Amino acid sequence: MATVKDFRNDVRPNWCPGCGDFSVQASIQRALAALGKEPHEVAIVSGIGCSGRISGYINAYGFHGVHGRALSTAQGLKLANRNLTVIAAGGDGDGFGIGLNHFMHAVRRNMDITYIVMDNQIYGLTKGQHSPTSAHGFKAKTTPSGNIENAIVPAQVALAAGITFLAQGFSSDVNQLVRLIQEAIQHRGFALVNVFSPCVTYNKINTYDWYKEHIRNLDEIPDYDPTDRAAAMKMVVETHGLCTGLIYKDEHSVPYEDQIPGYREEPIAFSDIHMDPALFEKTLRAYA
Amino acid sequence: MIADAKFNPTAPEHVRLFPVPLTQIAEACGSAIMKNMVSLGASACVLGLPVDIFTEVVVERFSRKGQKVVEQNMQAIERGYAYMRDLGGALPEFALKPAEPRRHLFMMGNDAIALGALAAGARVMPAYPITPASDIMESLIRRFPEVGGVVVQTEDEIAALTMAIGAAYGGARAFTATSGPGLSLMMEAIGLAGMTETPVVIVDTQRGGPSTGLPTKQEQSDLLAALFGNHGEIPKIVLNPATTEECFTVMGKAFNLAEYYQCPVIVMTDLALSLSKQTTDWLRLEDIEIDRGLVVAPEELADLPVHHEFKRYAITESGISPRVFPGVKGGLHHVTGVEHMETGRPNETPANRAKMMEKRMRKLRGVELPGSVVRTGDAQPDVAIVGIGSSIGPIAEAAARLRQQGYRAAHVHVHALLPFPVRQLQEAIADAKQVVVVENNATGQLRHLMSFFGVEHPRVSSLLKFDGTPFLPVEIYNHCKGMM
Ligand SMILES: Cc1ncc(C[n+]2csc(CCOP(=O)(O)OP(=O)(O)O)c2C)c(N)n1
Ligand code: SF4
Ligand SMILES: [Mg+2]
Repeated sequence: MATVKDFRNDVRPNWCPGCGDFSVQASIQRALAALGKEPHEVAIVSGIGCSGRISGYINAYGFHGVHGRALSTAQGLKLANRNLTVIAAGGDGDGFGIGLNHFMHAVRRNMDITYIVMDNQIYGLTKGQHSPTSAHGFKAKTTPSGNIENAIVPAQVALAAGITFLAQGFSSDVNQLVRLIQEAIQHRGFALVNVFSPCVTYNKINTYDWYKEHIRNLDEIPDYDPTDRAAAMKMVVETHGLCTGLIYKDEHSVPYEDQIPGYREEPIAFSDIHMDPALFEKTLRAYA
Repeated sequence: MIADAKFNPTAPEHVRLFPVPLTQIAEACGSAIMKNMVSLGASACVLGLPVDIFTEVVVERFSRKGQKVVEQNMQAIERGYAYMRDLGGALPEFALKPAEPRRHLFMMGNDAIALGALAAGARVMPAYPITPASDIMESLIRRFPEVGGVVVQTEDEIAALTMAIGAAYGGARAFTATSGPGLSLMMEAIGLAGMTETPVVIVDTQRGGPSTGLPTKQEQSDLLAALFGNHGEIPKIVLNPATTEECFTVMGKAFNLAEYYQCPVIVMTDLALSLSKQTTDWLRLEDIEIDRGLVVAPEELADLPVHHEFKRYAITESGISPRVFPGVKGGLHHVTGVEHMETGRPNETPANRAKMMEKRMRKLRGVELPGSVVRTGDAQPDVAIVGIGSSIGPIAEAAARLRQQGYRAAHVHVHALLPFPVRQLQEAIADAKQVVVVENNATGQLRHLMSFFGVEHPRVSSLLKFDGTPFLPVEIYNHCKGMM
């Protein structure tokens, strides 16, 4: 059986020392090993950003595509090979800015994939512009006198779109994050793990300490019921999205793949694609 | 020409006009709405068709609405026929010959594209609806359940192509279909497919542009966009079927080329080809062969250690490197749109960049796809008429009429634009006194491409039409005659 070491490669991440994304990388590796996955059974599809580099830092199949489209690429991959464990990953700009449209529809479509967002409330790779999750008033290179837009609360958007699995983690709490990623991968349907993953270089407001101060950890609320969608929405609104843990899970979720008419158990990628001549003739007769 | 007498029609001198009171006869049969049936009857008379051949269709179409409607419609056909006969409209020179006892199909280009994709083993089709491409996805939504395929109606064309790329990377034959506006949205992803060497097929059913333009009208104005639209430089293939039959076979070719060269392939049709239903030869499954190119068999890799890195972008003489599909043990590798090394790991050093760019571009360098240009007609022609896409019929007819008038005419049709068939085109027009390039756009894109790629001829001119309608044979004929 594969160990955490099997999911590591020898590429040195070009992240800044202290970047929250290191913990996310380690958590994914630990979660995969804990679930008994083999590296070749896993594909990580990532977006563009500092966070998007993550697919190159894990020993598994990896696809690093274009900015904002990790989810659509990941869904295509899942359709080609439903046996793969498909994880999409990227930043807050990638997923909730340029890619928000795809996010909403991926949620709605509910394919059995996991989406891990490294939310640092800033555009890291492009050196410090505000992001869709930057707070009102936040000063960044593109908001020198303070952000006059309101922030997107990803958890709220996800619940509104009908998500079937929603969790949030924090880079400082790796044990919780590993557990959440494991549950997300096991969930039958689309799972979001939104991770507060500080950018130590360009975001001097939303720091590790700031998150520690503001986050409410649902693990510490014994009677919180993650199967109650209304309660989940209430919690997200009350905390302005700053809560961690399993927020919501629909235990009756049926993934998209299970509902496609005529879709087969055998992955498309490894099935014979030659058409049966009798079926071809029958099909033509509709035009005769 | 048959026209409704109600409008006091007139016609040019050389046209014989038969004013038939279409509306009036239809009203007499029960409703003005049946004037199409009256004109059907009148046309049948000209073509020498007996009216009873329509009975079956009329019953099929209208029996839902009751026996009376069926009878009224048949009566409208009969009266139109009779009126025309009395006008002397049964014209022997137009009488249709009995059909050959061959099996035929009746379909549009989009149907043939869908069938071609099905036969070629396409199994994932993400697409966003747009005229005139939507029929392709609608057709496959009906057919895919029988073969285990899936159509996803995506949120936009960016998702459509990036999803197709994900599926193709995953090992499926995947494609999408769109028109100009969608093609514009796909440009970044086309570059991604080129850079990551992912085989994917994009059908562009051209319509009138720019912007929303003429969304339901004919145009051939995406040629430059298809060839040069993406940023950066990638190897790419552009195929241009001209007939319904070719819409079928081109899909087989497109997937094979995409997987052989591991690059995006754009199949361009135009609205007239995509949407016109026409009598089509019976299609043959044997005309579509499946060749998946260089793919490593999983058995070859099974014993490799877990940290073995598969060289997905191995440098080879042809520039083509073996593929492996995710899920295969021993095939682990990284894929990225960032410049990368043989293993797929990012590397932006000048030496690596130069080497990998050269590797990718080498795949198609010097290649001309066989059959990219088809020439018919006379040697040493007074005029060679060059066309692309659905104008194949009108050009052929115009060339035939020129020949009847004693001119020497050749028809040169372009069936692939990239790799640009410089040698084939040069040879096809070399012996012509004059060349006219016929295209449905305002700027002469095909003609510009010819000179851009170095196809030379001292007397080349354009015949352009961009009013949203396809060429009529007479327009091409008159233009060429005027050149003599
Ligand atoms: C189409 C396109 N537009 C713009 C860019 C430039 N760009 C790269 S990453 C990025 C934002 C990254 O922010 P985020 O997704 O939050 O990732 P982070 O770097 O913070 O991890 C931008 C704007 C691009 N690569 N592609
Ligand atoms: S810039 Fe910010 S997000 Fe990017 S690596 Fe550095 S700390 Fe991480
Ligand atoms: Mg960010």
